[in-house]
Amino acid sequence: MKSTIPWLIAAVAGSVVIAAYFIPAAQSWQDAIGQWFEVLAAVAFILGGANLCLQNLQKISARQAGWGYAAVTLVSFVVTLGVGLLKIGVPVEDPQHPWAGSYQAEGSAEWWLFEYAYNPLVATMFALLAFYVASAAFRAFRLKNAEATLLLLTAFVVLLGRTYAGTVLTAQVPDEYSAFSIPGLTTIIMGVFNTAGQRAIMIGIALGVAATSLKVLLGINRSYLGSGDG
Amino acid sequence: MGWLRRLDRRWIFLSMLLAVAIPQLTQARVPEKPTPLVMAVFDKIESLPDGSLVLISFDYGPSAQGELAPMATALMRHCCLKRHKLVLMTLWPDGKPLVERAINQVLVDEFADFGFKYGVDYVNLGYKPGKEVVIKTIANSFRTEFPTDDGDRKLDDLPLTADLTSLADMDLLVSISAGFPGLKEWVQYASSPLKIPLAVGATAVQAPQAYPYIPGQLLGILAAIKGAAEYEVALGEVYPKYSEPKMQDGVRRMAPQLWAHLLIIGLIVLGNIAAFSERFERPRP
Amino acid sequence: MTCRYALWILAGSFCLIWTTARAVAQPAGVGPAPPHDLVAADHPGDNGNAIDLKWTLSGDDHPDFKPRRIRAYRIDRTLIDEPLSDDAVLESFEVPYGVAQYTDRRCRPSAAYRYSAVAIAVDGSVSPPVATSGETRAIRQWFDSSRTSFAVILVIVCGLVIFYTERTKAGKSLHVREIAALTAMREAVGRATEMGRPCLFITGIEDMNEIATVAGVAILSHVAETAADYDAEIVVPTTRSLVMTAAQEAVAAAYLAADRSDAYNPNNIYYVTDEQFAFVAHITGYMVRERPAACFYAGIFYAESLILAETGNSVGAIQIAGTSEATQLPFFVAGCDYTLIGEELFAASAYLTREPQQLGSLKGQDAGKVLAAAVLVVGCLLKTAVVLRPDSAGPGEWLKFLMSTCLGGD
Repeated sequence: MKSTIPWLIAAVAGSVVIAAYFIPAAQSWQDAIGQWFEVLAAVAFILGGANLCLQNLQKISARQAGWGYAAVTLVSFVVTLGVGLLKIGVPVEDPQHPWAGSYQAEGSAEWWLFEYAYNPLVATMFALLAFYVASAAFRAFRLKNAEATLLLLTAFVVLLGRTYAGTVLTAQVPDEYSAFSIPGLTTIIMGVFNTAGQRAIMIGIALGVAATSLKVLLGINRSYLGSGDG
Repeated sequence: MGWLRRLDRRWIFLSMLLAVAIPQLTQARVPEKPTPLVMAVFDKIESLPDGSLVLISFDYGPSAQGELAPMATALMRHCCLKRHKLVLMTLWPDGKPLVERAINQVLVDEFADFGFKYGVDYVNLGYKPGKEVVIKTIANSFRTEFPTDDGDRKLDDLPLTADLTSLADMDLLVSISAGFPGLKEWVQYASSPLKIPLAVGATAVQAPQAYPYIPGQLLGILAAIKGAAEYEVALGEVYPKYSEPKMQDGVRRMAPQLWAHLLIIGLIVLGNIAAFSERFERPRP
Repeated sequence: MTCRYALWILAGSFCLIWTTARAVAQPAGVGPAPPHDLVAADHPGDNGNAIDLKWTLSGDDHPDFKPRRIRAYRIDRTLIDEPLSDDAVLESFEVPYGVAQYTDRRCRPSAAYRYSAVAIAVDGSVSPPVATSGETRAIRQWFDSSRTSFAVILVIVCGLVIFYTERTKAGKSLHVREIAALTAMREAVGRATEMGRPCLFITGIEDMNEIATVAGVAILSHVAETAADYDAEIVVPTTRSLVMTAAQEAVAAAYLAADRSDAYNPNNIYYVTDEQFAFVAHITGYMVRERPAACFYAGIFYAESLILAETGNSVGAIQIAGTSEATQLPFFVAGCDYTLIGEELFAASAYLTREPQQLGSLKGQDAGKVLAAAVLVVGCLLKTAVVLRPDSAGPGEWLKFLMSTCLGGD
């Protein structure tokens, strides 16, 4: 029963979404299911927030290694939530409705946190990728066999072709043979070989998604519900 | 060669920092030439009748801003020059302030002379949770997801959106995407079933994923900062004011990319030299 | 008498010349040439709330006219069934110059409408209207016929999966090729046990509505069962609350199946944050501090894939990854010891459980792939034939049939 009811909900919702693709009259049902999912996902956030607080409070009270990080996490969580909910610093445009302004309005505390804390932090994390790419290039790209050599040469062509270096290096190639210049080869690699490979993987993934969805709809695979029966 | 095999990762990190920082600080510039995939997007926006309805979805957060903001700005400038009506939205929660920033920078400041009016020439729908479900729903009915705009004004009360029923009313869709939900979802749930032209801007990593959809389901693609640089050059060729260096953020960022790519090639070569030297130096059994 | 006729002819000629000149010269305040041939028809395959309109552009609407003469077209709609209702009030909408079609999506099912269109000049003057010949109704269709081909493909693929599942359940044995990444999972958990360090499992950064996340949780349940068997610690930080609850259920069931319920620690499966890079910061921090011996990544990953794989590599963990995001596969291949490529992620559950019905679905997938490959080969051959022999109608017709009728393309 514990896994049957969730499976039935998944099966009915999935079937309606499939039906709505073909039956115009069922499209409003699909919209309703979509809205229900949004509501549930929003409610589930409370569950996540509670779990976050619980985990970090436990770490602090037990003085576990790194409990200071847990304290920083909790303080950041409470401050961000608090200034957003209380709309601290939100400019009042209409004195009749002092709470009507947007919580992220320019000049508000939430806006300040976004601009000067969140924004640079996530940009920094994303920028770290450049360093990890460099490190992985040095460590992992090896001429082990013929396939790896081919892959490496392709990578060189695309890396050069996506910058001005490719244009400079093959500037002497006549226009009628421009397909053999580095930018020309890059276009061919991306447009032909990459597209063919991507399509093959996409077809495989699409079939995998279809088969797994069908297993979920038919209740063949319920391991994600914790039933333990596969 | 032992030193090369034992090279501390921090030296690699330092060399990458220098490869990016020096061209950035010296404001070095390299020439760019628009490629057909970028020109396909440019030509579409250029050929649409003035005042056409264009939806731009900012499907990225601050993390990908460095890569995607220049193309968002260039696309918006082009739409403004053609006086297209803009409907702006985001499917990413942290994309909302980025939409507002783009509106202030382009529509309010740069194009102040054009006198664009909110609700008549552009509308900001803001962020709506639900990811790809939002696209699926607005493909059928805009009002179900967006009864109001970002400022809680009813869409029925705004001249631009009063007659807007679904995505099918749009003349062009643009998704500037850094991941999920993004270009793939716009293809699957909007452009493909509704047969509406879609142009995308994508991060370098995501760009290869877009190629299989061209040209049937996608008009063209602005791939990463190079795509933005090419678009800026194309815009500058038709509208000379936009060939000024200060209007070409994307072009400015291509010099650091050039040196970073050359460094990566160098590192791959060095890594292989280290691996080969190990093989030769190893005592044979 | 002759003089009277001559005067009439003269006056008539003058009128004709004046009218023609007026039409050509377009003096200010006089309307532009109207659009013509306005046709309205029910929009196919919808819920009965749209009508397609088409017209021929006004004679003044031509790209060669500089400056442009026409600014827009205004379409007026009248409800003729119920003249007293609110909808009977004239509704108007504008479309830009150069556009010769519009779909009115604000119709009521089965209501009768009449449309008229005018061209609006740049100076604001309006042409005489042109109207549709009769009434038009938006009809509700019960099936979107434009998607018939897709429905057929869906039935074939699902039918193949069900057919092979039933066949396997009936006792037909199936061979599944070895997938190194899945075989190595047990070995990785064993290594973590020997080293006394935890196993880290990441189910991607998306929610449970993604099938790849479902596949990731299914793999988690098997890894957790092995960990319970070996008495290894398994840690599952999640980026979505729903994934956390699903993972807790799956791991608890796995420990129960291994008869080690007492060893199950729900605190090891916890929610971190929905924010991608904050999650990455937590995971990389955890890796550096706790140095897990085995890292598993199964689900949907984006930019964080390389950061996770490189950090895992730097702490010396054995790493096994699988994702349906094709763009992230190169990073996992470069950074991890084993990688499940694309569909292998979805095959993992069947491979690990060896349950007949799950193995049958794999066979069904393979049959689908054979079908897709066959269509690709036929399409390539036909396209080649069209290019080589452009005069021959046969291959072109067959290609059109394949693209439009069978695959629902344009």
